[in-house]
Amino acid sequence: MNEFLTLMKSELVLTGIIFLLLFIKIGKGIKNESLLPLIQVLLLANFIFGFFLNQPGRLFGDMFYTTPVIAFQKNILNLGVYLISLVCADWLRKTPHLPEFFLLMLSALLGMFFMISSANLLIFYLSLELATIPVAAMANFDLEKKRSSEGAMKMILSSAFSSGVLLFGISLIYGTTGTISLPLLGERLDGSALQILAFIFFFSAFAFKLSVVPFHLWTADVYEGSPIAVTSFLSVISKGAVAFIFMTMLFRVFEPLHATWHLMLVILSIATMVVGNIFALRQQNIKRFLAFSSIAQVGFILVALTGQDYRYHMNSTAVIYFVLIYIFSNLAAFGVAAVVSEKTGRENIDDFRGFYKNNPFLSWVLALALFSLAGIPPTAGFFGKLFLITTGASDANYWYIIVVALNLIVSLYYYLRLVRAVFMDKNESAAEAVPVNAPVRLGLILCGAGILLTGVLSWIFDYIHSL
Amino acid sequence: MNLLLLIGAPLLTALAVLAARNKAQIKGISLAGSLVQLGLALALLFAYRQEKAAGQTAQLLFEQQYPLFRSLNISLHFGVDGIAVAMILLTSFVVVAGVLVSWNVEKMTKEFYFLLLLLGLGAYGFFISLDLFILFFFLEISVIPKYLLIGIWGSGKKEYSANKLALMLMGGSALILVGMLGLYFYAGNSFDITTLAAASISREMQLILFPLLFVGFGVFTALFPLHTWVPDGHSSAPTAGSMFLAGISMKLGGYGCLRIATYLLPEGAKEYSTIIIILSSIAILYGAFATMMQKDLKYINAYSSVSHVGFSLLGIGMLTQAAITGALMQMVSHGVMTALFFAVIGMIYDRTHTRMVAEMGGLMKKLPFISTVFFLVGLCSLGLPGLSGFVAEMTVFVGSWENPGTFHRIATIAAAMSIVVTAVYILRAAGKTLMGPVTNEEHLSLRDATWNEKLAAILLLAGILAIGLAPGWLNELLQPAAQEIMNRIAGK
Repeated sequence: MNEFLTLMKSELVLTGIIFLLLFIKIGKGIKNESLLPLIQVLLLANFIFGFFLNQPGRLFGDMFYTTPVIAFQKNILNLGVYLISLVCADWLRKTPHLPEFFLLMLSALLGMFFMISSANLLIFYLSLELATIPVAAMANFDLEKKRSSEGAMKMILSSAFSSGVLLFGISLIYGTTGTISLPLLGERLDGSALQILAFIFFFSAFAFKLSVVPFHLWTADVYEGSPIAVTSFLSVISKGAVAFIFMTMLFRVFEPLHATWHLMLVILSIATMVVGNIFALRQQNIKRFLAFSSIAQVGFILVALTGQDYRYHMNSTAVIYFVLIYIFSNLAAFGVAAVVSEKTGRENIDDFRGFYKNNPFLSWVLALALFSLAGIPPTAGFFGKLFLITTGASDANYWYIIVVALNLIVSLYYYLRLVRAVFMDKNESAAEAVPVNAPVRLGLILCGAGILLTGVLSWIFDYIHSL
Repeated sequence: MNLLLLIGAPLLTALAVLAARNKAQIKGISLAGSLVQLGLALALLFAYRQEKAAGQTAQLLFEQQYPLFRSLNISLHFGVDGIAVAMILLTSFVVVAGVLVSWNVEKMTKEFYFLLLLLGLGAYGFFISLDLFILFFFLEISVIPKYLLIGIWGSGKKEYSANKLALMLMGGSALILVGMLGLYFYAGNSFDITTLAAASISREMQLILFPLLFVGFGVFTALFPLHTWVPDGHSSAPTAGSMFLAGISMKLGGYGCLRIATYLLPEGAKEYSTIIIILSSIAILYGAFATMMQKDLKYINAYSSVSHVGFSLLGIGMLTQAAITGALMQMVSHGVMTALFFAVIGMIYDRTHTRMVAEMGGLMKKLPFISTVFFLVGLCSLGLPGLSGFVAEMTVFVGSWENPGTFHRIATIAAAMSIVVTAVYILRAAGKTLMGPVTNEEHLSLRDATWNEKLAAILLLAGILAIGLAPGWLNELLQPAAQEIMNRIAGK
């Protein structure tokens, strides 16, 4: 019993919050103004609580397992949701269905927690669905906007398709190995043709969730249609969670098929980076812009997975570290976009021209975020990206690393485009001073501090590595 | 001496600038901070000389090491040799002068000084780092300040130039990154320069990694044909920005080419020296001839920088001790000289609001101080004995001539010929703008340099004279370091 409580503590607390919201909803209801701070405090409490009582262990007949690393991954995701609840506070406060929104978002988060902890394909599939379906409902949350419904529809259809492919892959895997338990599975893989086919199906489902090219086509439309709170959840939290479990699957379970997936990763990571970068060059809408840039970022994450010394956990450390930094950077960028879009209704890059004049605080946060995404020091993005490339380069595949490094230049170009609009372009009708509320300000300051400090405080990396 | 001070002082200054309340405070803090940096650099010079005089034979002095990313074996490893001391001294001179000439920046003063100080910080950190990762960090840290300084405070087609500069330098960084990672994994997971120097790197590997590192750093120091960001970047930047770019940032590249690429990969350097010599000879001649065609004072100095920096690369390519010493001297000399040149051009531009040679004339009558400095720095640029340019270029030529063989001789002669071209464009520009009657009536009411401008000019002139009249001290600093690099090339 005791073990049950400690090993599943994050999930239990989260479930508690979900039930609390449910009771509030069916009860008298609380005004958004007081409910939102309550949720924020609870999420923060869960985040802090997540650092204690972490030990490895297994539950439910080896269906669920946890280790300190997994607990840390869950904490990162929880932190991300907390930051979203801060930076998107303006929009959240106005939404008429706040309890429902958080019900859905936290259910999705719960699904991700179970997904990261799953040690069995059955629970993996269930939790993946739990992490996906609520998000599709969330994407539809701008109820009066047609684009929002369109995005939600695209998302649910493409998710259903990818789930089908995943299930087919799982059934083939079960057929060839006779087990769905992940530890056993790893031992029974021998690289037969059918297993490789099964793995390719399995892999493409992940590629779908991670928006790896050529499975990325749903991303931009869904991102553009959804409210910014949902877009940031999709681009940061979902991506992070899937990257974590993907990494575990590759390194722990499908390790015998290393030769197969290594080549696939090399090719797909280049395709993802190049396509994401090239499409990001021409975007006008800031959400679409960040959508394509997030595709390119996923390409960089894949680079780390191609590295050779995964046995030493360096790759997974680099990925976890990068996701942490990515949460800070991307949420800062989305946060600024959310504030501006909420106050002025503008979402285009051109609307940011001359923005610095009246909004120095928001401009600097945005600039920090963009430089971090581009990987320029002293921001943490520099360290994150460099370590991804470093672990990827352990393979001594120099042409590949040169291509990756050249992609850094392209991505710098389009991030600079936005910086240039904010700081340099002159604009007669520049945006007025946008008021920034206390929770939003706190969220942006936390993100900014994260961007500046996560890299320079080198023990964070070493701490993740030591887990 | 604790080298952390060299990073701490600029960092504290920059943070204090952020906390300042008004423009007077911002300027006061920046000037005080940059003077402290100058003091520290001079103290470092004296401490270094004292240690050497006391019989210290180690190549690197004042070493410090603090582990940073333990799991990746990255540490803050600091230490200086003679080259670094000279470069730090150069940086501190340019920083003080840059702060002084920016006295009248009215637009976003706080951000301007903050970014300027950050740019200086990057250079200090770069020169004292002995860990490639940290060195790369400090190299890249200057991207944001450079981009914003040019894009916000620049003139002309500034957005284009800022973009071009940022992207080309990022391209250089990308190559450096790959070369750096190659070294890291080849030498057993270490970025430490001392460890890497001790590791035996196979010839095949050196032949792969050397071009990556050399070209990567070469972009920063205007290696032909990757020099195209130089004219645009320098001419669009605000005065202090140009001074920092040409005076300091370009030297980071030269330092990297020599201290990282050539030092760590001597076999590669030997193999590719022919190509380096050809490219740098082209840069020298092309830069000189291109300058002759320019009508804008800033473009004149920017193209002549391409030509002058070519001498450094030529010296590196020649691979003799004298030539390498000369290359290093040229870096220091050119840094001071070009910073002063840009400062003077900025002063003239502030008054006349034009940089076109054709629109000026007879400035000597109205601006005697500025014109005199202009003339002196021009003479330094064309290599008049007694000024720093002569010493540096002469050493490069002497060192180059030590190489037997027709190819090296031809390259040396070709490079030496460029001095004639230099004399043509410098004297022509100086003659047209400074001599004769005042052609533009608006220029009759101009006022000569203010105290801050005079101070900046005198400081940098002192540097030029200190090298030109008594080059011994600089030679003492650079010679042993050049010797060390030659030892590695000779395989000792």
